[in-house]
Amino acid sequence: MLDVLGIASRNLSRYRRRTVLTLLLIVIGMVAVLLFIAMAGSFKSMMVGQITDSILGHLQVHRKGYVASIDNLPLNLNMKPAMVAKVEEALKQNTAVETWSPRVKFGGMFSNFAETTSIRVNGIDPERETATMPLLPGRLVEGPKEGALLDKGQIVIPQLLARGMKTKVGDTVVVVATNSDGSVNGKTFVVRGILESASGPGGRDGYVHIDDARDLLRMRDKEVSEFAIRLKDFSRLGSVESQLKQALESLTNKEGKPALEVHTWADLSPFANLARMIDLMTVFIKIVLVSIVLVSVMNVMIMAVYERIREIGTIAAIGTPPSRILSLFLAEGLMLGVVGTIAGAVISLGAIYGLNIWKLTFNFGMQQNLVLEPSIATGDVLTIAAMVVGVAIVASLQPAWMASRMDPIHALRHV
Amino acid sequence: MSLLSATNVTKTYRVGDIDVPAIKGVDFVIEPASFVAFVGPSGSGKTTLLNMIGCLDHPTSGTLKVLDTDIATMDRRAAAHFRGENIGFVFQDFNLIPVLTAYENIEYPLRMVQKWPAEKRRAQVMRLLDAVGMADQVGKRPDQLSGGQKQRVAVARALVSQPKLVLADEPTANLDHDTAYRILELMKKMRDEFRTTFVFSTHDPKIMGEAETTFILEDGRLDSEVQLEELGHA
Repeated sequence: MLDVLGIASRNLSRYRRRTVLTLLLIVIGMVAVLLFIAMAGSFKSMMVGQITDSILGHLQVHRKGYVASIDNLPLNLNMKPAMVAKVEEALKQNTAVETWSPRVKFGGMFSNFAETTSIRVNGIDPERETATMPLLPGRLVEGPKEGALLDKGQIVIPQLLARGMKTKVGDTVVVVATNSDGSVNGKTFVVRGILESASGPGGRDGYVHIDDARDLLRMRDKEVSEFAIRLKDFSRLGSVESQLKQALESLTNKEGKPALEVHTWADLSPFANLARMIDLMTVFIKIVLVSIVLVSVMNVMIMAVYERIREIGTIAAIGTPPSRILSLFLAEGLMLGVVGTIAGAVISLGAIYGLNIWKLTFNFGMQQNLVLEPSIATGDVLTIAAMVVGVAIVASLQPAWMASRMDPIHALRHV
Repeated sequence: MSLLSATNVTKTYRVGDIDVPAIKGVDFVIEPASFVAFVGPSGSGKTTLLNMIGCLDHPTSGTLKVLDTDIATMDRRAAAHFRGENIGFVFQDFNLIPVLTAYENIEYPLRMVQKWPAEKRRAQVMRLLDAVGMADQVGKRPDQLSGGQKQRVAVARALVSQPKLVLADEPTANLDHDTAYRILELMKKMRDEFRTTFVFSTHDPKIMGEAETTFILEDGRLDSEVQLEELGHA
């Protein structure tokens, strides 16, 4: 094998410029793919992380029909105490669940005594909410960052609302809401903090204590609109979703169908479509890479065979077995693939390292100066490398086969 | 036992709908360690005959035995193996591999065909380089060698795997007269040293006299077998 590789490398050095150009194509393709995967992956994981760790959680449990009419935040579709108990029991028993946060969600009117506007409010247990949404406190742009996110009688409002209503931390405001019976109630709150807006549903919600929410809505029972759930391992999302669905399916409604629904973050956020688009683009760019490698290697190998017909005739005449001739040309393709892959991987990893030193920032929706931290998994690098080397070998196969099947007499006569 | 024997060997090529006979029933016997020339004008069938002897082609009819093996029975793979084990080739255009040095060109059959161990390979290559007078040119590539030097390397490559037969198709055609004689002298010396049979083709009347046995081919037929003594070249 080493003999074959040795001669293959000599043959590649025959036309240095052509070999270098082919290698350049492979390297450029490889760098483009790895950088795209690293950047897009970083953007995706950052956005997904922000959505799951500050707004939605990994999974959510609602009463059936709630998500379908979530824009109205329907109070009549809150989970009753029996359902709440059932969900909490299922969550306790599932070892993959790290923690969860019950929420009471409602729509109301927000007043600073001079102006009034609408607001979507989450009634939360501050401790459980910050445990489930670890990035939520980090979104506070005004107000003390230490201590609990809020206490009873306090409200955290979104930045857009604060700006529009000229409301500052420490101001007293009123939230008015209609309860499920149709009666209207109001409650005063002190602004505890102002939250940076985030992309996705709930990214512009206000937060109050869950007891205050229930008090404002005059709930007799401890109802819950949704449970936001955090898993120990995000990669187990699908399996935990199935387990929870199975655990909760025994609770049925009047029609005999499950009364509760389990949703992943992707079911609840439009960003999931963008994430799917990124995955699709990654596949597309991989196809482009495969095409580049296939065409460039095949071209150079076909040229190599046609230029060396007499030489092939000579080595065949002196007894080189057809399989050895095949392996000689395959080795050339293999070396192009391997060298291109190594160079491409080294340059890509260097570029990714550089991008992490010289921070790359971007704006996304309301969010400004988001810092990209591109990274790439070893598995991704190995997959792309294997793909490039595999395609280089496949591209050499036809020319190599042609060389190995060449009739020595005709080859020796070739001018 | 003869090294080569041909009995009523014919070779016909098909060009479109027309059969073109290249060899029209030849018979000959070549003994081991002989120095034989097939002589004739262009198109007389010399190369076709040499190709068949070299197991690169099959006769259309008749029997051609090389080392007691009927070459018609060999498939492509077996023929390649047979050539690698028993036959060396010297070509008119030298056909050295341009990216390999003189040493590596000679080493090629041992490395890529017969897979000799490195130590043994090195000793054999150096022996051949020495024998053809190219020991001081080991590191040179074909484009750094003269025509005569290239053909010396080619002769060494043909002999390196210790074949029983070396076929040389017009080995001196691209060489000047003096160099051509020197190459033939070298081939004879190698025949004496290694007891290898040399069969070569030529259309040069001056060169044909160097052979100990000469077969004259004309229009695909073997006209006569002329012994060196008969030609008065002893």
